[in-house]
Amino acid sequence: MYGNAYIDPNEKANAMLAGEDPIKLAEFEARIARGEKIEPKDWMPKEYRKQLIRMIEQHGHSEIIGALPEGTWITRAPGFKRKLALMAKVQDEVGHAQLLYSAAETLGKSREDMINDLITGKSKYSNVFNYPAYTWADACIIAWLIDAGAIINQVANAKGSYGPYCRALDRICTEESFHLKYGHDNVVTLATGTPIQRKMVQEALTRWWPPIMHFFGPSDKISSHTEILMRWKVKMASNDDMRQQFLNMYVPKIWDLGLVIPDANLKKNEETGKWDYTEPDWDEFKRVINGGGPCNAERLAVRRMAEEKGRWVRAALLRKDEKYVTPLA
Amino acid sequence: MEHIKELLYKMADDLLVIGHRNSEWTGLGPILEEDIAFSSMAQDKIGHSQALFQILHELGEPEPDTNAFMREAKQFHNAQFLELQNDDYDFSTIRHFLFDHADQLRFDNLANSSYEPLAKVARKIKGELKYHVFHADIWLNKLGNGNEESHARMQTALNNAWNYALGMFEKGDYEAQLIADNTFEGEQSLQNRWLAVITPIIEKANLKIPAEKDWEPVLGGRKGYHTENLDQLVNEMSEVFRIEPGAEW
Repeated sequence: MYGNAYIDPNEKANAMLAGEDPIKLAEFEARIARGEKIEPKDWMPKEYRKQLIRMIEQHGHSEIIGALPEGTWITRAPGFKRKLALMAKVQDEVGHAQLLYSAAETLGKSREDMINDLITGKSKYSNVFNYPAYTWADACIIAWLIDAGAIINQVANAKGSYGPYCRALDRICTEESFHLKYGHDNVVTLATGTPIQRKMVQEALTRWWPPIMHFFGPSDKISSHTEILMRWKVKMASNDDMRQQFLNMYVPKIWDLGLVIPDANLKKNEETGKWDYTEPDWDEFKRVINGGGPCNAERLAVRRMAEEKGRWVRAALLRKDEKYVTPLA
Repeated sequence: MEHIKELLYKMADDLLVIGHRNSEWTGLGPILEEDIAFSSMAQDKIGHSQALFQILHELGEPEPDTNAFMREAKQFHNAQFLELQNDDYDFSTIRHFLFDHADQLRFDNLANSSYEPLAKVARKIKGELKYHVFHADIWLNKLGNGNEESHARMQTALNNAWNYALGMFEKGDYEAQLIADNTFEGEQSLQNRWLAVITPIIEKANLKIPAEKDWEPVLGGRKGYHTENLDQLVNEMSEVFRIEPGAEW
């Protein structure tokens, strides 16, 4: 799973390029335009490095924080088959964090610094994980639809310009495609199951629909700063385009299961070929991303507790003669 | 076949319970690599448990999901050692080390069991356990020889775990029969081999096994006597399944 990186819309393109050598910058942009990958030791604008670190780091954080709402359902998963599958899935997510932190480390920020920024609240993670997974069906909806959204986002970003991130994403997408099948199978089982199961899954969908609509980030109308990041192939698709792609792929599948999406305005517009929907509540999105969601405090508290409890283990592993080495790719 | 069922139940329950405990580290480990390692071991343990419940089913017991997730805690036969909370990484590592060596030796022996369905499963499982033991040995050594704090923590955890660990070798009512028909070597023999294997590894980790005069195995688990930790765990692991036991999940 994954959340769309939240990029500060107030940063202006000019400020982002201040102080860069124009010849090197032109060469860098030409390489990207030719479809070449940028590698860790290559020259890159400061802002490119900064935005990538922020984006990859947020992605890594989303994986480990995302392991928490799903992780609480591992011990509760019904039956051997579901337990084994959910364990493997959440294990994959933690493995994705490991891959992503390594990719971000190639840009010069250590895993320890990234985790510190996470637990002090300096660095963000996907907003969806600030909502609770009340029932088993919530965990199933997350596994299907949040992972589906993640795949749309990640398949796009895997075509980006930074080599280590693209390679990590290629592998992540392969694993996520299994998660999607796992999630879909779970939701189908519940939606075609007993009345209690159908009720559970409908309620979970109703709860999760607003966070799912938020998942791809603010509407392009209020998030117009991304032109330079698109040119640098840091950001590969606009938020609204990804949201449309998601709706196109998954709304019919949800309806096929006889589930009701809680948006009376949701329908495909025959003229534009795009989906019409009620504009998500972006004030709510901002409120949650800035700490006001139902689970922000709990998620960070759990993560802080894990860091605190594990500190002695990490200290015991340190050797005086060893020093930190940045991963190469 | 009652004697074989007794053996299978205690093993299946040990693995089901420790598998759940291992899985609780997912998302909370001291380093990401350990979340992943404990999750791998959890998947193996639960898978091994399922394989044993399948043999039980073939012997006329309920099918694996019902058997594993519809019993009450007092019907479980796991050693109390395995139901204790994970606590910190020190206790979890010590338990992992002590249990997995016993588990590996048990399956090694059962690979030659006269009861072929179990022998067949044991031959497959013992290959996987090599890695569990490998992982446990590395961490025992790293933390036992790490720094002053890690050493002290590991020694304390070992002291606290020891009598519970001895409870893993509690004999059942059918012990003599299991030995007589070559199904299993017996708990006493297993415990002796276990001590012989773990003692040098513990010493190498700069730790000390508690003095023998203080050994008091914590018994009862095999007969259904458990701590409240198991009630909590059984309720949790069955919570969703019991909403609609007959349904497909």
